[in-house]
Amino acid sequence: MIQVQNLRKEFGPKVAVNGISFTVEKGEVLGFLGPNGAGKSTSMRMITGFIPPTEGSVKVGEFDMLENPIPAKRLIGYLPENAPSYADMSVRGFLAFTAELRGLSGDAGKKAVNRVLEMCFLENVQHQSVETLSKGYRHRTCFAQSIIHDPEVLILDEPTDGLDPNQKHEVRTLIKKMGETKAIIFSTHILEEVEAVCSRAIIIDRGTIVANGTPRDLKMRSDQAGAITVKLVDGNGEAIKAKLSHLNGVDRVTILSERPLTLRVWPRKGSGSDDVSRGIADMAFQERWSLQGLQVEEGRLDEVFRSITLPDTKSTKEETK
Amino acid sequence: MNPTLTIARRELKGYFASPVAFVFIVIFLLLAAFFTFMLGGLFERGEANLLPFFTWHPWLYLFLVPAVGMRMWSEERRLGTIELLLTMPVTPWQAIVGKFLASWVVVGIALALTFPVVMTVNYLGSPDNGVIFAGYLGSLLMAGAYLAVSAMTSAMTRNQVVSFIVAVVICFFLILVGYPPVTSLLTGWAPTWAVEGIAAFSVMTHFESIQKGVLDSRDVLYFLSVIAFSLFTTSVIIRAHRAG
Ligand SMILES: Nc1ncnc2c1ncn2[C@@H]1O[C@H](COP(=O)(O)OP(=O)(O)OP(=O)(O)O)[C@@H](O)[C@H]1O
Ligand SMILES: [Mg+2]
Repeated sequence: MIQVQNLRKEFGPKVAVNGISFTVEKGEVLGFLGPNGAGKSTSMRMITGFIPPTEGSVKVGEFDMLENPIPAKRLIGYLPENAPSYADMSVRGFLAFTAELRGLSGDAGKKAVNRVLEMCFLENVQHQSVETLSKGYRHRTCFAQSIIHDPEVLILDEPTDGLDPNQKHEVRTLIKKMGETKAIIFSTHILEEVEAVCSRAIIIDRGTIVANGTPRDLKMRSDQAGAITVKLVDGNGEAIKAKLSHLNGVDRVTILSERPLTLRVWPRKGSGSDDVSRGIADMAFQERWSLQGLQVEEGRLDEVFRSITLPDTKSTKEETK
Repeated sequence: MNPTLTIARRELKGYFASPVAFVFIVIFLLLAAFFTFMLGGLFERGEANLLPFFTWHPWLYLFLVPAVGMRMWSEERRLGTIELLLTMPVTPWQAIVGKFLASWVVVGIALALTFPVVMTVNYLGSPDNGVIFAGYLGSLLMAGAYLAVSAMTSAMTRNQVVSFIVAVVICFFLILVGYPPVTSLLTGWAPTWAVEGIAAFSVMTHFESIQKGVLDSRDVLYFLSVIAFSLFTTSVIIRAHRAG
């Protein structure tokens, strides 16, 4: 549905986006991650046809954004960064205007406006002027605008920015649900969001894609992925560490904290975490340790994010010491 | 519905939702009355025409019209709604024309509200209403030219004040090159053909001949060209702004 090929954008001498390529199909929700200034918004602006790329192409549906912008734009719903809207209009007036630009006038327009007012919980403020709304409501108004024509493609630049926890949850649920039938790209700085709604995530750093995969795949890249955390009520940390180190398939063991006693066991490459954790359980039984918890770590997205986008920092290694 | 009209309607509502349109109309009417009756001496002259009314329009518009046009694109840039507007299935040209038309309608409404002057001269004497009609047409065309210039300057910046000042300067220039005191100054040291050539770029030259009732297609064409050129430049500026 969306095909981005070798997209590049230069602002004077500055390269904001440096040759990114990917595709998004219907039924996919693609998360766009990356540090501030990585080029997420710039990429989205090129995909939606707001700014022309220096190089590369964008295809939406069967339409090329550069050669055939109008039909391509018809397929897209777009929530720009900072959710702009006309301050002097009422919420309903603003939505009716965008509906009309999308070709929905008269009854169809009214229906569309009512539908999104309900979906985005804006019915109570529909007659209020946009400039008197709180930030979260303004954000929701602009979000409502992006889905007013029930588009096949949705591009959302930080859709949950400025929303309260309940609304964040609602919007996530909505995105996930719409993602079943639409092609969605959304950017965020909230990593739990990615795990909650994305079927795939791309991490952009300094204009290039540095990771592309399902949230699960990405988490597997984490150092912690596959490590086993062992919690005990009490015991001698050093002695237990020594015992665990000799277990079959264990690479190394670290003590995370003494009280409560928590250790992390790193399986050797090639040996499964499940086998090792079974071994630990058996050992705890034989040695009569008061085992409290045993957990295979899934890996954490924020750790992966940091290790990928800050290659020089040792921050992710501190635990392995 | 045609997107140009949708945009024009929204803009028009915007003009009347903010006090811009009302302030403009009221001040325009007050100043027009002041110039016509006090400075122009419509009654004292004892002639049944609207010359004292129209003569002041180039100057009246100089400050009032850029005030109407200054928000056209700068506000759009300031609020960031330009990103919304231009990612809709709308061509930049449709947006430019829609916004321009809306502002032109505002000025047109103000101009139409001066109808009591026409009734007055018709009551007092028997003016040539054809000439009056030509004067109105010329005035409207001139306002359109000023507005198109304001559209262009408002696309250059997100700051309305800057947009206003630059528009006033350009419009002032368009008046001056054909303003008799200036042209007579120029004839002192420049050849006549050069002075006339420069004056041909002035709104003054063209407005004056229209207001005398001579509806020459060249004068109409002049105003339409200024409008077309300025709006075209607006589209170029917007494209350059988007390209970064
Ligand atoms: N119009 C512009 N002119 C010059 N530079 C720009 C322009 N727009 C963006 N940039 C630069 O391009 C880079 C990428 O910006 P972009 O807004 O895409 O980042 P982002 O990934 O969206 O960041 P954030 O997470 O803060 O929203 C930044 O360094 C920014 O300064
Ligand atoms: Mg951004």
